[in-house]
Amino acid sequence: MVAVTDAVTDVTPSPSLEVAGLAFAYPDGHQALFGVDFSVARGERVALLGPNGAGKTTLVLHLNGILTGGTGTVKVAGLPVGRQHMAEIRRRVGIVFQDPDDQLFMPTVREDVAFGPAAAGLKGPELEERVDRALVQVGMAEFKDRPPHHLSFGQRRRVAVATVLAMEPEILVLDEPSSNLDPASRRELADILRSLDVTVLMVTHDLPYALELCPRSLVLSEGVIAADGKTGELLSDEELMRAHRLELPFGFDPRSVVGEGA
Amino acid sequence: MCDTQAPRSCKWFALSHYHRTVHVPDGFIDAPTSVATGVVAAAAVAVSLRGARRELDERTAPLAGLVAAFIFAVQMLNFPVAAGTSGHLLGGALAAILVGPCTGVLVISVVLLMQGILFADGGLTALGVNITCMGIVTVLVAYGLFRGLVKILPRTRRSVTAASFVAALVSVPASALVFTALYAVGGTTDVSIGKVATAMVGVHILIGVGEAAITALTVGAVIAVRPDLVYGARDLRQRLRLRVNGELVDAPAAEPAVPVAARSPRRIWAVGLVTSLVLAGFVSFYASADPDGLEKVAADKGIDEKVEEHAAADSPLADYGVKDVENARLSGGLAGVIGVGVTVVAGTGVFWAVRRRRTAEGADASDASPASTSV
Amino acid sequence: MGTGHAHKLYRHGHSPVHALPPHTKLAAVFAFVIVVVSTPREAMWAFGLYAVLLAVVACVARVPAGFLLKRLLIEVPFVAFAVLMPFVAEGERVEVLGMSLSLSGLWGAWNVLAKGTLGVAASVLLASTTELRALLLGLQRLKLPPLLVQIASFMIRYGDVITDEMRRMRIARESRGFDARGLRHWGVLGKSAGALFIRSYERGERVHLAMVSRGYAGSMPVIDEVTASRAQWSYALALPFAALVVCLLGWSL
Repeated sequence: MVAVTDAVTDVTPSPSLEVAGLAFAYPDGHQALFGVDFSVARGERVALLGPNGAGKTTLVLHLNGILTGGTGTVKVAGLPVGRQHMAEIRRRVGIVFQDPDDQLFMPTVREDVAFGPAAAGLKGPELEERVDRALVQVGMAEFKDRPPHHLSFGQRRRVAVATVLAMEPEILVLDEPSSNLDPASRRELADILRSLDVTVLMVTHDLPYALELCPRSLVLSEGVIAADGKTGELLSDEELMRAHRLELPFGFDPRSVVGEGA
Repeated sequence: MCDTQAPRSCKWFALSHYHRTVHVPDGFIDAPTSVATGVVAAAAVAVSLRGARRELDERTAPLAGLVAAFIFAVQMLNFPVAAGTSGHLLGGALAAILVGPCTGVLVISVVLLMQGILFADGGLTALGVNITCMGIVTVLVAYGLFRGLVKILPRTRRSVTAASFVAALVSVPASALVFTALYAVGGTTDVSIGKVATAMVGVHILIGVGEAAITALTVGAVIAVRPDLVYGARDLRQRLRLRVNGELVDAPAAEPAVPVAARSPRRIWAVGLVTSLVLAGFVSFYASADPDGLEKVAADKGIDEKVEEHAAADSPLADYGVKDVENARLSGGLAGVIGVGVTVVAGTGVFWAVRRRRTAEGADASDASPASTSV
Repeated sequence: MGTGHAHKLYRHGHSPVHALPPHTKLAAVFAFVIVVVSTPREAMWAFGLYAVLLAVVACVARVPAGFLLKRLLIEVPFVAFAVLMPFVAEGERVEVLGMSLSLSGLWGAWNVLAKGTLGVAASVLLASTTELRALLLGLQRLKLPPLLVQIASFMIRYGDVITDEMRRMRIARESRGFDARGLRHWGVLGKSAGALFIRSYERGERVHLAMVSRGYAGSMPVIDEVTASRAQWSYALALPFAALVVCLLGWSL
């Protein structure tokens, strides 16, 4: 725990996330990552773009040490992901999975949001306070005692975000946050994400959403980072987009949008 | 859980059928034997809890739960045997091969406990008997055989499937045999041991074929898609090679290889087995000294001599018949030893064989397995 | 590890029995069954009293008799076995309605039937007044090793996943005219078992990853502390104590 505190209170804060030389193959021999390098500074909102099968989910599972055993390193706020700091790493890296039904497994919204902090040892009024704050952040406070499976899909996704926010993570990792959302829910989620004061890594192939929310983007293709730059510039580079099977929706022109990423 | 399509006069079918589908209920085996098997089961679970820490890592823990749920569910999937009866999986072999022997014992114990609490299937006081027969014996026999076969056969996925088949096949009649032995010691009804043994073993060889088929097909299916989920095939895995920036680099081993994991649990197992053997023998030796309810009635009504002569004369295994207290104690203790003895012979015998082979291969096995678990 | 909805065995209610902490109920049922099993089978009236005790509990728990009786049907196969016992067992025979029955077999049948039925009824009452998640918490509080509780929790969660998948696969099988009968169909059933396993695992694996990502390390975090007061304990243990009195009478009479 001494090392942990040191890393946090370091005078020059280390980047929220540093990935270097990360390579990984599954036990059946299928190799997903071939040496991934990038870093995300504190407070940044970065989109990780890539076609299906590019290794996005595999990469996400490395960020909190669920998958290990390949080569390379991952550091979260200076702390290397490894066996000895696993609990602290998991607290710092909050992953919101693609399907909220995978993420919500407790009988009520309250218990689901409390799960993470309670696993970290919080209890009593302190725990309750964390839960309330996280639910307020996503605008779901009045649903506290409802069973998650009675909520709409968009509401469930917001609760899923709250379950992770309750752990007060260093970095929020969202896997396809906009999938299956209707336009209104999509808008609400975007507002929530913009209002948060945390580092965000958003894994997606929803390019307009990336442009809307993330000033910077990474393109993951065939297991390596193929491009890293301003989202607007990357999306406007037609050759790059075609080479990595990234397609903009019909009629969408990134140059005409004045978003944060442009 | 059970569809008795034609019980009619097939006495022994009914008996085995009953054991097969609904587990042993309360009041079926007398109290001393229930206690003795309870002690054996508790000891085995305690040993397994220690061993399971080595078998399970973070990613495989839910696998144990899945195997438990799967066994729970597949026990409802009756498959037709013959003559209108149907049997279902015991699951011990499947559990041992998929999640390892220690976790396997835990899985079966959990299944039986939850069936007892939730579905009232199998009495809570008969939990020891059920765990001993269906958990400990099947897992030990099956896993022992499995490891032995995998060592002998070529190192392919097909061998693993074949070994699962044989292991499951043998584990079922072995379980039936131990049940018979327990029944001989502590059955509350004096159905002759000969009848029970014939019925149990006969039917269970048939059921064993079904169990073997389902186990082998399941293991085969899993190993084809997710070889990382089959504990028994861990040393089949190839070493990983990673391509980093176009160059091939050897990956560090991610899992501890089997020899490291297996060595010390095996010693614990041996100790556990010997302890169980001694306990089962001694406890049932002394426990049988108390006449049970039946003998009490018989004595009260002054009909004991007649009854006992009859019982003894009729049974092919007349030695187990209750002639007098001394004899009962002796035969009780004996049967207790036989019960655990089957386990010891079948299980540890193969363990020793495997171990001897392994010391021979020790050199290359150990350098092929740098132990570093990184989850 | 709640499945979000109550299990089918559970009957929602707000009776005093529902409100008892789960571990006191578990302890009471275990103790009760042990007492029942150690009662001499000749004391027939004792089993009658046990049944009355359970009936009182069912009344207090507001579990209707019909529900209880329906759930008791689980023991039908073993009733069939018990009926056979008098024919199979050795020993002195008695003539009943022209049939030669073994006396010891009759006693054996009665023994298994009486004790088994009471055991089943007690478990049914427990399951119908206690939620699954509460049962697991109860086992945890009774110091069942965490690894066993963990396996049980996953088992229950996967139970839903598997029964769903099983139903879908059975419908798919049967809608193609397949009916398991005889040796030749073992292969098909085995193959479905393999596929069922993989499908279920991969569904549940994602939930587990989400749990692990939030710091799950093998035991459920305690969100609401459940404690049992002395009054609740004595309330729950009234059942086994009453049974114990009956049992002691049974031995001494």
